[in-house]
Amino acid sequence: MATEVQATFLPQHTQGQVLCCLCGMGIAPNPSNMCVNCIRSQVDITEPIQKKAAVMWCKECGRYLNPPRQWIVAQPESKELLTHCIKRLKGLSKVKLVDAGFIWTEPHSRRLKVKLTVQGEVLNGAILQESLVIEYIVETHMCPDCARVAANPNVWNACAQVRQHVPHKRTFFYLEQLILKFNADANCLSMKEIHEGVDFYFSSKSHALKFVDFLQTVVPVRFRHDKQLVSHNEHQGTYNYKYTFSVEIVPICKDDLICLPQRVANSLGSLGPIVLCTRVTSSLTLLDLNTLRTAQIDANAYWRAPYTPMLGSRQLVEFVVLDIELLGPAHGKHALAEAQVVRASDFGSNDKSYFVKTHLGQVLHPGDTALGYDLTTANLVDPELERCINKGMTVPDVVLVRKSYEEARRKQKKRGAKRAWKLKRINQAGVEEDTPSEAGPGRKGRRDEGGQSQDDMERFLQELEEDPEMRAKVALYKDGKYAAAMEQIAHRHAMTEDGEEEGDLPEVPLEELLDDMAGLQLDDGADGSDGMSEAPMAD
Amino acid sequence: MATRCQFESSSEVGVFAQLTNAYCLVATGRSENFYSIFEAELAEHIPVIKTSVSGTRLVGRVTVGNRNGLLMPNSATDQELQHVRNSLPDEVVVQRIDERLSALGNCIACNDYVALAHPDIDRETEEIVADVLGVEVFRQSISNNVLVGSNCKFTNQGGLVHPQTSVEDLDELASLLQVPLVAGTVNRGSGVIGAGLLANDWSAFCGLDTTATELQVIESVFKLRDSQPSNIVNELRASLVESLA
Repeated sequence: MATEVQATFLPQHTQGQVLCCLCGMGIAPNPSNMCVNCIRSQVDITEPIQKKAAVMWCKECGRYLNPPRQWIVAQPESKELLTHCIKRLKGLSKVKLVDAGFIWTEPHSRRLKVKLTVQGEVLNGAILQESLVIEYIVETHMCPDCARVAANPNVWNACAQVRQHVPHKRTFFYLEQLILKFNADANCLSMKEIHEGVDFYFSSKSHALKFVDFLQTVVPVRFRHDKQLVSHNEHQGTYNYKYTFSVEIVPICKDDLICLPQRVANSLGSLGPIVLCTRVTSSLTLLDLNTLRTAQIDANAYWRAPYTPMLGSRQLVEFVVLDIELLGPAHGKHALAEAQVVRASDFGSNDKSYFVKTHLGQVLHPGDTALGYDLTTANLVDPELERCINKGMTVPDVVLVRKSYEEARRKQKKRGAKRAWKLKRINQAGVEEDTPSEAGPGRKGRRDEGGQSQDDMERFLQELEEDPEMRAKVALYKDGKYAAAMEQIAHRHAMTEDGEEEGDLPEVPLEELLDDMAGLQLDDGADGSDGMSEAPMAD
Repeated sequence: MATRCQFESSSEVGVFAQLTNAYCLVATGRSENFYSIFEAELAEHIPVIKTSVSGTRLVGRVTVGNRNGLLMPNSATDQELQHVRNSLPDEVVVQRIDERLSALGNCIACNDYVALAHPDIDRETEEIVADVLGVEVFRQSISNNVLVGSNCKFTNQGGLVHPQTSVEDLDELASLLQVPLVAGTVNRGSGVIGAGLLANDWSAFCGLDTTATELQVIESVFKLRDSQPSNIVNELRASLVESLA
């Protein structure tokens, strides 16, 4: 019984032979019914594959071009190079790649040979495997990085002269950070610091134009361009020009106090006319201190009716807040308040106090110090202001601009604490060489300017600490030496047991910082000696 | 001799014509080339008829026939049926059959004595095939394919079957059909024998792609080397004399 259940009939199946349809040789039937040799002679699965290709190689740095513009490092006969070579090949998608390897070639032959084994479907579904050798010609092509290094910086075709006619350099420090972050100086041959500005040199007009476009997106500017004929060929009708772009940045910065011309004030819905500039992006943000209304002025609108600041941040004076009282609800970050302030320098010597309306109602508390303009003692030369006063406007005695953290900073500096972050700087090699020759007549004056530039830099760094929105636009890097330095301070403090609180000093949260790359070389120029002395400590 | 030909640049000549020992049906194409090849080869001996079947040119795939009769699908029009009847000799029975598998040429393969049929074909159809064509009908499949008409072609002399057919199947079929069979290809390695090849006892037509090797196989298995239409008559006469004696 059991055997009957199991007895399923399985017919025997012996594969017969058919004749190859081309050569007549007996073969086992396959989908194309041809012998392998005949299939080979009939179809070439390697036909769609490119047999020769070119790879671009930079002679200087030995990198290979991965189009459109990536340059990759690959050792000879390495896996990376093989991948790169295979990716360069057209028509490989039509077959299946089974194996690939390099065939050794003389390095100076400038040839790479790759042996590929591919499988492809032919005729009626038969799969054929074949090997082929692809020859790559290594063409030298200097990469843009090397080209930039090798380029003669004196040979330029276009120059962008960026100027801002203000007594400080903070805008240019900010611009430097933006240029670094967006890599806007990629095509720049060289840059040169000039009085009230910087010149950028480019090898072609389009590069300069691109740079000017970049500037337009980050700061309010106007520009004009001119060209100078260098040579021309009258037979071919070709002209060779040098182009110059004159870019002028609006001479108004953050914290500047402005008296708006009558027409501008009217067009903004009788704003001000005494307004404070609170933000500079591609447009200016002006704040009316009495109503807390703001207005955005873009570069075009500004240049239609330009005006200059009445007082700049150099004229800021420190005040102490004695009392403050909110006058209304908060308007975003600002809240209108009335404060009683005294000049910090007057403190203790006389009882002269001022009642001021300020927008810093949310920020200031009694006992705080704030920076502001003292209009009672300021030497104001502004025709617009004259006109306003003649019309009967009363000028406030004091205008508070921002909270001051000077005291807290001074204490922290005394403790020896330093910032946890650093900024990348552009290497302006030309500047240092140029300055002595330019500073011919007054060497002292030059040094003063250097000191002032350092002050401006410090103020710029403080601004970054105080303003998160501005900070978001630039790249801050972790300072490697910070941890070691702080440890040392903590150690010193443990010995002296100096329990000193440092107030609400604005600081950059550590998570906002970027990791410092090894090749960043943050130590240069200004704090070079500083870095050298601290280097052993960090180790 | 086997002749290579092409129907409007298609090598699948078996689709567009039906060849038996008593007649030949050819589809009406745009040019006369295809027809004239058949006419040149066959017109002296058997009628070559230009026709369409159910309005299509797929004459070879939708009809099946032999010396005794011709079966047409249910979709064939009265006009076509009448035209074919008028053109064929009186002893050939033309019949239209009501079969669900209407591509009769794909489902049935026959010579003058035996027929192989699709396993799912109607019993009634099977009976009609047996009566009209005067054949013994076997339900079969060839190399696991039920479309016996597409995958093989056999005459009274011999037959060609699909290349994947196993040796056992080949033996079984040969013993059923009582003719020598060989596994082979047409049209440069194609296994669809019925579509690529037309054959009767003394002539054969195959697609233009057919190679010399394939042609040689076809000629030898269908015994076309020295065959003449008169040979058959002589053979018949000899056997008749033998049986009468």
